[in-house]
Amino acid sequence: MAESHGGAKAPATDAHTEADGGHHSGGFPPFESSTFASQLVSLAIFFVLLYVIVAKLALPKVGGAIEARQNKIEGDLAEAQTLKDQSEAALKAYEGELASARSRAQAIGNESRDKANAQAEAERKTLEEQLAAKLAEAEKTIASTRATAMSNVRGIAADAAGTIVQQLTGVIPDAASVNAAVDASLKG
Amino acid sequence: MKIDPIHQFNIEPLFTLGHIGNHTIAFTNSSLYMLVAVAIISILMLASGTQLVPGRLQSVAEISYEFIAATIRGNAGAEGMKFFPLIFSLFMFICVSNLVGIIPYTFTISSHLIVTVALALVVFFTVLFYGVAKNGLKFFKIFVPHGVPGYILPLVMFIEILSFFLRPVSHSIRLFANMLAGHIALKVFAGFVAMLGFSLGAVGWVGGVLPLALTVALYALEILVAFLQAYVFAILTVIYLNDAIHPGH
Repeated sequence: MAESHGGAKAPATDAHTEADGGHHSGGFPPFESSTFASQLVSLAIFFVLLYVIVAKLALPKVGGAIEARQNKIEGDLAEAQTLKDQSEAALKAYEGELASARSRAQAIGNESRDKANAQAEAERKTLEEQLAAKLAEAEKTIASTRATAMSNVRGIAADAAGTIVQQLTGVIPDAASVNAAVDASLKG
Repeated sequence: MKIDPIHQFNIEPLFTLGHIGNHTIAFTNSSLYMLVAVAIISILMLASGTQLVPGRLQSVAEISYEFIAATIRGNAGAEGMKFFPLIFSLFMFICVSNLVGIIPYTFTISSHLIVTVALALVVFFTVLFYGVAKNGLKFFKIFVPHGVPGYILPLVMFIEILSFFLRPVSHSIRLFANMLAGHIALKVFAGFVAMLGFSLGAVGWVGGVLPLALTVALYALEILVAFLQAYVFAILTVIYLNDAIHPGH
């Protein structure tokens, strides 16, 4: 039923002819078999053209742009990661340095404190020894002074006792007996 | 005022290209709209730049690319990317021509069964030839689902083979019927508006508000359908190709 296309153009005034099932003009256009060849040929031409454009030009171009962007993003992310790693390493190094400096400072502090303590201890010891020596000397002086004083006291007491006896009795007492009496009284 | 919802589907020859046998090959309005679709797709895909930060046109091109690429990867795996150009061409061709066809006074290529049948047969034979070329006789395992008891197997095989050969029928008629019915419905409802107005005067113009609102709603639906049918056609193509790539489902 290959008619010329002139028939297909016929206006819908004879629309009733579609009922008789033929492929007449004015029939239902999608079932108008006379137009099939033209449609198939143009579909083949244009779809193949489209396929070639899509496969050879469009998809490589758009895909390339997407891939380039993806690569750029991944590159940037990798770069950011390395920079981050670097900064973390630097931070770690800084912290290590800080910790070692701190422990070193502590060691130095401990050492100097110990040294100062030891020195102070030594100084204290010598001072104490000096003081003890001075104290002992002073005690010796006191003891000798005291002994001297005590012997003086005995002499004074004997004299005083002799004088008192003389005053009371008018007799000068025997020095030996006075001394013996004073000694006895001092011991008393 | 006469409503003629069929007129929009007429094929009007613009000039004659030649003859094959006793068939006249003409450049028709359908050919023109095929050319328009190819031109729009080419402009979209080729004139859209390759900037790092895409503009609007480039975004549309890249979204189309990634949409189809994701559909193929999700349904047929990485091997399906071999058919990326075919599926992309099918999807864009149908989608763009459907969206152009929805503009009043234009022509919708896929409202003609012969076109959708041709596209469905391209897919069918691609599946058949690639499936046999890649898998040899193992391709025909798609007709023999395993785990089916022996006594019922002939029946299942018969149904599987029948459904395989009916694929291009449903594949093509789905697209054709959706576009055809949608455009007829639009035309009928839009025609009511004018018919009421011309036949009933002022009352008719007021009464025409209802079919006008329906036309607007249908129009929105048809835009959705135009895209959706292109997507359905493309995803069915991917699913059919998946059979050819991995026949041992």
